[in-house]
Amino acid sequence: MSNTAAAKVKIAAPKESIGDRKDRKRNQKAQKTVSIAHRRKPNRSRGGDFGVYFMLTIVALMMAFPLVFAISSSLKPLDELFRFPPTLFPQHPTMDNFSDLFVTMGQSWVPFSRYFVNTGLITLIGTAGHLFIASMAAFVLAKYDFPGGKLFFNIVVTALMFSGYVTGIPNYIIMSNLGIIDTYMAIILPALAAPIGLFLMKQFMEGIPTALIESAKIDGAGEFRIFWRIVMPNVKPAWLTVIIFSVQNLWNAKASTVIYSEAKKTLVYALQQIQAGGVARTGQAAAVTVIVMLVPIVIFICSQSQILETMASSGIKE
Amino acid sequence: MSTFSKYVKLKKDRARYGWDKAKRMKVCYLFIAPYAILFFTFYILPMLTSIYYSFTYYNILEPARFIGFDNYINLILQDEIFLTAVKNTFIIAIVTGPVGYMLSFLFAWFINELPRWLRTIAVVIFYAPSIAGNAYYIFGIIFRGDIYGYLNSILTEFGIIDAPVLWLSNPTYILPVCIIVILWMSMGTGFLSFVAGLQGVDPALYEAGYVDGIRNRWQELYFVTLPSMKPMLMFGAVMSITQAFGVCDVTMALAGYPSTDYAARTVVTHLFDYGYSRFEMGYASAIATLLFLVMILCNKIIQSALRKVGT
Repeated sequence: MSNTAAAKVKIAAPKESIGDRKDRKRNQKAQKTVSIAHRRKPNRSRGGDFGVYFMLTIVALMMAFPLVFAISSSLKPLDELFRFPPTLFPQHPTMDNFSDLFVTMGQSWVPFSRYFVNTGLITLIGTAGHLFIASMAAFVLAKYDFPGGKLFFNIVVTALMFSGYVTGIPNYIIMSNLGIIDTYMAIILPALAAPIGLFLMKQFMEGIPTALIESAKIDGAGEFRIFWRIVMPNVKPAWLTVIIFSVQNLWNAKASTVIYSEAKKTLVYALQQIQAGGVARTGQAAAVTVIVMLVPIVIFICSQSQILETMASSGIKE
Repeated sequence: MSTFSKYVKLKKDRARYGWDKAKRMKVCYLFIAPYAILFFTFYILPMLTSIYYSFTYYNILEPARFIGFDNYINLILQDEIFLTAVKNTFIIAIVTGPVGYMLSFLFAWFINELPRWLRTIAVVIFYAPSIAGNAYYIFGIIFRGDIYGYLNSILTEFGIIDAPVLWLSNPTYILPVCIIVILWMSMGTGFLSFVAGLQGVDPALYEAGYVDGIRNRWQELYFVTLPSMKPMLMFGAVMSITQAFGVCDVTMALAGYPSTDYAARTVVTHLFDYGYSRFEMGYASAIATLLFLVMILCNKIIQSALRKVGT
């Protein structure tokens, strides 16, 4: 039935006047706007939608509460921290906790800024190195078919499950054999080969058209040139994703098992010593929590759309 | 005989072909080398040495002494604390693993239907706890055992309790509290993958679904959405297994180390104890190896279960 109608329109089309055509186009446009405005999917009930929104709101509040609470606690003056009953928002917000934190840390014989520099350095070097090394490996794994490549990738996927603690002990033994215990290398080197970075990068690079690479090859570009000039600029969303996973990993690295020297300790390690300071340091501890959590969250907020673009290709295909 | 020699010839040819190909693709190995060397040193080698040391008595000072399966036998038959740890880990893993996984998907799915700007905010709110470093520390204040603890003061205010509850020292409450905190943090990498994957489902499939008479959102979920999300579901499963079995940071930070009556001891805490406090590396390696085997097994089970979804 509809088929014949469509056929009729087709036949009739050449005959219609210019005015008719304009009308038809206007109609089409109107239909389009209607369909955009009327986004509701036909198989959704209003009640269900309401339920979903309601539930999402409740859960979102529950998820956000502890973080909001951490921020508000860090801004509370001492008397409000221990007020009964406790208040959610500070009445007289103050930055005292943050300045106290720096005073406390200033009294230790290693200046506080040192911990910042330590962690900053580790995060920077580790992330840059990881991005480069993992992308290089991901590039050949995604775009070239060479013996052993698939096997290697499967091993990497299995390694996604190695949590740091499972490999921690033998890792310690290996590091002490390499003589890198109590150096930054003990934190940086394993992070350079984090499986998640390679995994995400490879999955994303598979989306680059092979024709692009082949045409570059015909133009006489070497493999490294292709990688650096053509592939890397095309996978910028994946960069950000790899960067946030790496930063999150390194910025939060406590590394208490491989670093002993006071002067080499990481920020989180040093801050945890403050958090362990008991009730009297509640405010400072909250300030610590805020400082540590802000960096990864801010990076995530700034790069969310690119990260989601990368994660769309994150699936494990069989 | 002739088929056999043909087979041998085929194998040989294939090997030579592979070798030739490998030689032609030299540059690939060059590209992969830096990563592969580091990956082998810090991920594969530890796993292998862990398996090796699990059969020895090794305390770092003396050379490792081979003792066969003794570590495993002691672990399973004699170490009661290990059994407590296994029990706790399984309780945590069973609740936070599957539940966390399903919640991640469910919320990703709900969020997917929001308008764009709202979706952006929702993703940040749900994902933030898992990247907020050691923000779980704040639960230490919320669940503090004295009257200044948030929960205690609220409950007292409403007259539900008349004396503060020691949430983090009373063995009855430790585990549930830890589970709540871990669930709070469970919207992690898998969740992001789900959100992204849902946005990538071909809209034509949904249209086809309407035409084919899919009546409500749940049918659509099962017949259209889930089957096209399989790769992400697989990835999310790997991520939540890692998380569910690797629990120790949260329990150690909240319930203390060691916790009251070992109520919050997990397998990884136990491993930590033997590895870093007692330096019984062989024993700790046996724990690590067992844990890893269980994780691989779980992954295989989940993979075969996911294959059946929507078919």
